[in-house]
Amino acid sequence: MLEIKNIYKTFNAGTINEKKALQNLSLTLQDGDFCTVIGGNGAGKSTMLNAVSGVWPVDSGSILIDGEDISGLCEYKRAPFLGRVFQDPMTGTAADMQIIENLALASLRGQKRSMFRWGVPKADTEKYREMLKTLDLGLEDRLTTKVGLLSGGQRQALTLLMATLQKPKLLLLDEHTAALDPKTAAKVLEATQRIVEQNHLTTLMITHNMRDAIAYGNRLIMMYDGHIVVDVSGEQKKNLTVEQLLNLFVQASGSNEVNDKLILS
Amino acid sequence: MLDSLFANVASYFASLKLSALLRALPGGLAQGLIWGILALGVFMTFRMLGVSDLTVDGSMATGGAVCIMLVLSGVNPQLALLASFLAGMIAGVVTGFLHTRLGIPDILAGILTQISLYSINLNIMGKANQAVNVNKVVFLFTSNAKVLTRTIWIVFGVCLALILALYMYLGTEHGSALRATGINGNMARAQGINTNRMKVIGLALSNGLVALSGGVMSQYQGFADVKMGTGAIVIGLAAVIIGEVLGEALLGKHMNFFIRLSFVVLGSVIYYVVYVFVLWLKFPPDDMKLLTAVVVAIFLAVPNLRTAKKNSFNRLAKQNAKAAKLGKEG
Repeated sequence: MLEIKNIYKTFNAGTINEKKALQNLSLTLQDGDFCTVIGGNGAGKSTMLNAVSGVWPVDSGSILIDGEDISGLCEYKRAPFLGRVFQDPMTGTAADMQIIENLALASLRGQKRSMFRWGVPKADTEKYREMLKTLDLGLEDRLTTKVGLLSGGQRQALTLLMATLQKPKLLLLDEHTAALDPKTAAKVLEATQRIVEQNHLTTLMITHNMRDAIAYGNRLIMMYDGHIVVDVSGEQKKNLTVEQLLNLFVQASGSNEVNDKLILS
Repeated sequence: MLDSLFANVASYFASLKLSALLRALPGGLAQGLIWGILALGVFMTFRMLGVSDLTVDGSMATGGAVCIMLVLSGVNPQLALLASFLAGMIAGVVTGFLHTRLGIPDILAGILTQISLYSINLNIMGKANQAVNVNKVVFLFTSNAKVLTRTIWIVFGVCLALILALYMYLGTEHGSALRATGINGNMARAQGINTNRMKVIGLALSNGLVALSGGVMSQYQGFADVKMGTGAIVIGLAAVIIGEVLGEALLGKHMNFFIRLSFVVLGSVIYYVVYVFVLWLKFPPDDMKLLTAVVVAIFLAVPNLRTAKKNSFNRLAKQNAKAAKLGKEG
């Protein structure tokens, strides 16, 4: 489904701030894989997702979805393949538009937008209401509320719904619960799990919470220094503990400096 | 000395003739509606795209110049207005190109187009201004006092049609994508919207309206002048903001998008009626632009000053000092 082949990305090349963010990164996801991604700050997790999303072109290497090379396509041209939820709840929705307007925009992700059809078809109202009901956040009665008035958790849940309204070939979740309180985060993760399973979505989920990384999905990768150093799946992943994971990291990276953030979370 | 002051004040008020004001008001109304077309264009960029587009000062004069020159060469005046609209769209596309393709900040891109339009407008007209003999050409948008009421109704109709067209366009799939681009570019791109293209389309539409307003204005006054757009952006912003403040005060949350657009034109009309009134009070015409700038600055500042008053360190310091003093005394 997703194939990342030997991609490199260096920011500010040739300057004092040079940062080799991705170094010979390769990853292949099978259809229906739910892969969690962990790693310390600066390991390249978000950079990998941005590379797949096409926020900027990679320096070299290729990215394939369903066998089609998308590495030469710009961000908006990749949208038909990708559903994205961002770390910052402000990023995924248009604050000054209604909930239903946001959903209607997302329902046309990657399609031609006509000047002769209304942006919010009346016929879809019930469909959206039902979908919002499944989130269990009381949004089904607030279809015409401006999204800017919602809480961070509500916005993330809505973004998740928008990302999957049109079934994407790949769902990219970039620490989408990091900005939420624990209770809301759990609710959004629960919804994520349900939506991913129901739609059989291939998913890449970055998290800084090791327990979540172990609890969710069928595969776990850990990044260090711009590439993948740990890759566990199947039975091995199911039986994984946080301690084992840390040991794996030390072995693989050959370093004892386990990032504070990694341990604490 | 006091006597002479009283005498001055008395003669000042005696010189103000109510009939003169009443005579001037219809003209103010007509001009307000014509500038309302421009204000709709400014609303498109300023509120929908979140861009302060300074192309406006140039493209308004371009609209006037194109219209007058075409009429002088015998083209139907209404057809000339269509040409004005298209010329404005081209100006908008140029600004959009400078901004989205060449990465020039939006304000600077607008200024560059504006300054280049000054030369272009001079080239279009061949000199700083060109007039049409209004006795020879019949204009729909004439300021001729005999048919001024008709002119006002026609401009009103044009404004209404444009408001309706904008309302419908911005409600379509395409228009929603344009609004999303202005609100959150990241989100728009993630939904597959080509945000650069949307910005160019928005700037083109906006400047098309601005140039149309310039064309209508040139018909109204019977001439086009290379300086007719100077400060147009400020007047457009004044109209948008006056309309918003008024709409907020009168309707609050009951405002839908159609009414919001209508209030933009209403803001322009109010601006011009006040303009006429201030001129009637014998305010020096040379200082009108200064007055406009001050009014816009105040309207833009009021919402910020209001929140600043609530969230003030000074206020808290004073409040706590007062409480401490009371505590000591008690």
